[in-house]
Amino acid sequence: MNAPLIHVQDLVQRIGSQDILRGLTLDLFSGETLVLLGKSGGGKSVFLRHLIGLMRPVSGSIVFENREITTLKERELEPVRRKIGMLFQDGALFDSMNVFDNVAFPLRERGERRPTVIREKVAQSLEMVNMAGHDRKMPVNLSGGMRKRVALARAIISPPAVILYDEPTAGLDPIVSDSINRLIRRLQNQLHVTSLVVTHDLVSCHHIADRVALLDEGRIHFLGTPAELRGTQDPVVRDFVDGRSGETVY
Amino acid sequence: MQLLSIVQGLFSSLLTVLGELAILAGETVASIFCGRVRVWLTLRQIAEIGFGSQLVVVVTGAFTGAVFTAQAYFQFASLNMETAVGPVVTLAMFRELGPALTGLMVAGRVGAAMTAEIGTMKVTQQIDALRALAVNPVDYLVVPRALAMFISMPLLVVECVGLGVLASFYVGVHVLNINGVYFFANVQKFTEGSDIMMSLIKGFVFGGLIVFISCREGLCAKDGAVGVGRATTATVVTSSLAILIANFFLTMALNILFPAGQR
Repeated sequence: MNAPLIHVQDLVQRIGSQDILRGLTLDLFSGETLVLLGKSGGGKSVFLRHLIGLMRPVSGSIVFENREITTLKERELEPVRRKIGMLFQDGALFDSMNVFDNVAFPLRERGERRPTVIREKVAQSLEMVNMAGHDRKMPVNLSGGMRKRVALARAIISPPAVILYDEPTAGLDPIVSDSINRLIRRLQNQLHVTSLVVTHDLVSCHHIADRVALLDEGRIHFLGTPAELRGTQDPVVRDFVDGRSGETVY
Repeated sequence: MQLLSIVQGLFSSLLTVLGELAILAGETVASIFCGRVRVWLTLRQIAEIGFGSQLVVVVTGAFTGAVFTAQAYFQFASLNMETAVGPVVTLAMFRELGPALTGLMVAGRVGAAMTAEIGTMKVTQQIDALRALAVNPVDYLVVPRALAMFISMPLLVVECVGLGVLASFYVGVHVLNINGVYFFANVQKFTEGSDIMMSLIKGFVFGGLIVFISCREGLCAKDGAVGVGRATTATVVTSSLAILIANFFLTMALNILFPAGQR
């Protein structure tokens, strides 16, 4: 393979007295979809936030396009953030704007002023996430799944090189989950978008992943293809894949 | 020993807050001078802060002018100094009451709303979403509010003072039967442009205190709805105290520039 698009080395993060990341090392290659699995509260979302500079690590390094980003100041991160988009777990839609304005926001902020272009691109993005016709609704009037799809439309309206998905299918019905999975695949195939997807959804994982990583105790415990994930006898991976908590039922 | 550590803790928190306020103010001013101004958002904030605060400022100014006139009259009447009521009320309104009361009212109405809005955005990850979309929260949230506040506050102060003086004239002349000609002549004689300047400068400074305290509290909000509530309360308390404390130091400093009683 070529040099990684994002290279993470020995990333350490501590919140209060709790060690969240304990020397996480991972490479993300251009054009691939990497699915990151792990227990709830295990630091997956925290890790995603480091990749876009929303959190700074205690130590370690993140190199994006041959540039160390952990030391960049807030304004120096802006060019990086134009290339790395993020879908937040519960959408993080701007609740003072309707769906149309939320989706149009990145375009307008990047200087697009032509109403016809904005309308056309917003309609296209909403169509891609099956949300056409909802553009005048306010976020407060949307269900959790709809909010997530609108947020995805906002993330892809001017497609970045990398999209970080934080639980993109959590709380969605299987049909909508499938359409999101297909959309992630389509973005990869048609636009060569690189994706890092944090999820618990193993169906989704097998559908979209080129490679799968399992985060355990703040480190990458397993890294391989979906087929290798299915075939491994590693007890930690098996417990996760088979859904075993290890607790005794009395 | 324990008392000493509490005092040390309080002092260190105070320094941290002041430092954060200074950094936020510095970033905001730098953004304004670098031209990172969103005109439409600023106009919307002017409507929210300036136009939306009209009623509360007008009522506060008018009734303060009216009640101050009545109290001054009751005291001055026994000394046959009724015609001094006008200038006393007018000077007090321009130099102290107008800016301070407007500041307190705007802190309660606008400052609290700013903190609640920005704080809610913070705890629901909307500010992270802004940052993730390569939009600087200071440019997008603080700059329009600061500009709107700097434009609106001096005008609101003028409105508050103007209504206070008009109410004073009405109560003094039409209710308490002070001679209108003397009332007006004395107001003109004892009021100068420097009084208006003092009022505008105080309004401008108080506007800055309100907007930076409110935005900082919002941007630092955490712990969900409870945290937003706490931040909102902190905004009103801190802004009000900051206005009252700054008012004293401003009065002393501005009195050097615009000395009172030199006519």
